[in-house]
Amino acid sequence: MRSGRLYRVGFAIAALLGFVSLARAAQAPNPAADQRAFQAYFRSRFPTVKLADFGNGPYAVNALMRKQWEEIMAFPPYDFALDAGKAAFAKPFANGRGYADCFPNKGIGIRQTFPYFDTKTGEVVTLDLAINRCRIANGEKPLPYQVGLMAAITAYMAETSRGKAFDIKIPDDPRALAAYEDGKRFFYARRGQLNFSCASCHVQAAGQRLRGDILAPALGILAAFPIYRSDWGSMGTIDRRFTSCNAQVRSVPFAPQDKTYRDLEYFLSYMSNGVPITGPGARP
Amino acid sequence: MAGHRSVGDHGPLPTRRATLQVMTLVGLAGLGLAGPAHADNAPGWPAEAFQKKSQRDALQALLGMQFESTDKITLEVPEIAENGAVVPVSISSSLPNVTSISILVPENPFTLAASYKLPEGTAAAVSCRLKMAKTSNVVAVVESGGKAYGVARQVKVTLGGCGG
Amino acid sequence: MPSTIRVRAVAGDDSTEVQALIQHPMDSGFVKGHDGKLIPPHYIEVLTFKHDGKVVFTAFWGPAVSRDPYIKFSFKGGKKDDDLGVSWIDNLGKSDSSVAKIMG
Repeated sequence: MRSGRLYRVGFAIAALLGFVSLARAAQAPNPAADQRAFQAYFRSRFPTVKLADFGNGPYAVNALMRKQWEEIMAFPPYDFALDAGKAAFAKPFANGRGYADCFPNKGIGIRQTFPYFDTKTGEVVTLDLAINRCRIANGEKPLPYQVGLMAAITAYMAETSRGKAFDIKIPDDPRALAAYEDGKRFFYARRGQLNFSCASCHVQAAGQRLRGDILAPALGILAAFPIYRSDWGSMGTIDRRFTSCNAQVRSVPFAPQDKTYRDLEYFLSYMSNGVPITGPGARP
Repeated sequence: MAGHRSVGDHGPLPTRRATLQVMTLVGLAGLGLAGPAHADNAPGWPAEAFQKKSQRDALQALLGMQFESTDKITLEVPEIAENGAVVPVSISSSLPNVTSISILVPENPFTLAASYKLPEGTAAAVSCRLKMAKTSNVVAVVESGGKAYGVARQVKVTLGGCGG
Repeated sequence: MPSTIRVRAVAGDDSTEVQALIQHPMDSGFVKGHDGKLIPPHYIEVLTFKHDGKVVFTAFWGPAVSRDPYIKFSFKGGKKDDDLGVSWIDNLGKSDSSVAKIMG
């Protein structure tokens, strides 16, 4: 009898420990599982859309918009920025070195690997950040983010990666996982006077209208950046869109390339692994 | 008296009325009130037509006539513009001897958006991108054999939700 | 100064298709800038295309044409490596011109 009671207590303790560890496991970040669930949701929401087409945002999910877009893409409005970016990329710094010296493969065809987690500095590095770090390391002044030459150079680098699938890595490093989780939390958290999260529009209402606009699905949403928005009449980078989206839900935007936005870009890009780069792009 | 002028190499001296007219125009241009027409527009540019605020007036100024309906003009525009600032418009026509294609947007502040002169040998087809202030018809007018023909289609322009 | 004119002209069997994109603000005069003041009108008025000494297309544009305007048209004739001259002048008297080679 005594051993029986011991057995029951032991079993109870084991069960309790087991439950606790199960709960812990449920909280441990599992980006791969998140990504599978994320992509499965959109594939079942839009069963006729191929994975590759998710990089075309609203045009993947609305035929009328797509037709207008195809007409505009006959001669893309970002052509001027692309040329400016190509020329700027090739121009050497005052010290004789160039952007090609800062990136693998001379900076050609690598956009789809950004952002990446820099284990040395313990932070997410986006392409925009890497470009300015390259400039600073070579004695040049950093470029303003969001617009202008930064948008033009990232447009050129994106063009060299057109068709290459997003290939974002999350190393087995608690800091990388924390950055991923930070981005994921931001994506799903409500903010601003309008109390929308990114998910409110780009997950729940994806494919539906927000007044005259068709909301792009979150899957592949960064693949077309930087973009020429007809609304802006110019090129803009990922964080131009992040800051303007946040302002539009009447929340206070973060500064461009703030850790919060870089982590968000990390999460969103990883979720889109497998979707080919469609940038630079054109949007309403 | 009709204003006697001396005739020289430079032609007759301007009459007082003409001088006053030019001065007024230059003065107005200086104030920026002259609208699209001012003293130094590009040669050939139909300044008066671009100033008109109604389809009727714009066509009168541009072509000297109104148009009649036809099924020989194809006008392609989106049903709902994704952005009123960039609305793709494509026009083609099977009418013979087309000398011009013009596009009007009656709900725009100035009705005439563009006019294309097509010499012989140039196809009766053009594509361009226009701004539309709000939901409006887009009217394509084709000059053929000295007469004008036209078709209209509505384009809905709404506020963007994402564009702010 | 880099050209504001981008042209893609392709010669077919008996005609040449021309597409062009021009870098120009095409300000209508109805839009306010960041300072709250109206941005003055600044738009291309006349755009001309010439081939073999002849004008093959003339566009009369007003402020309702989109920013960075696009145009597509085609004309009879033209062959690979022919010159296609493009020029524009705007309401402020600014202008630009360029010569493109027709592709085959």
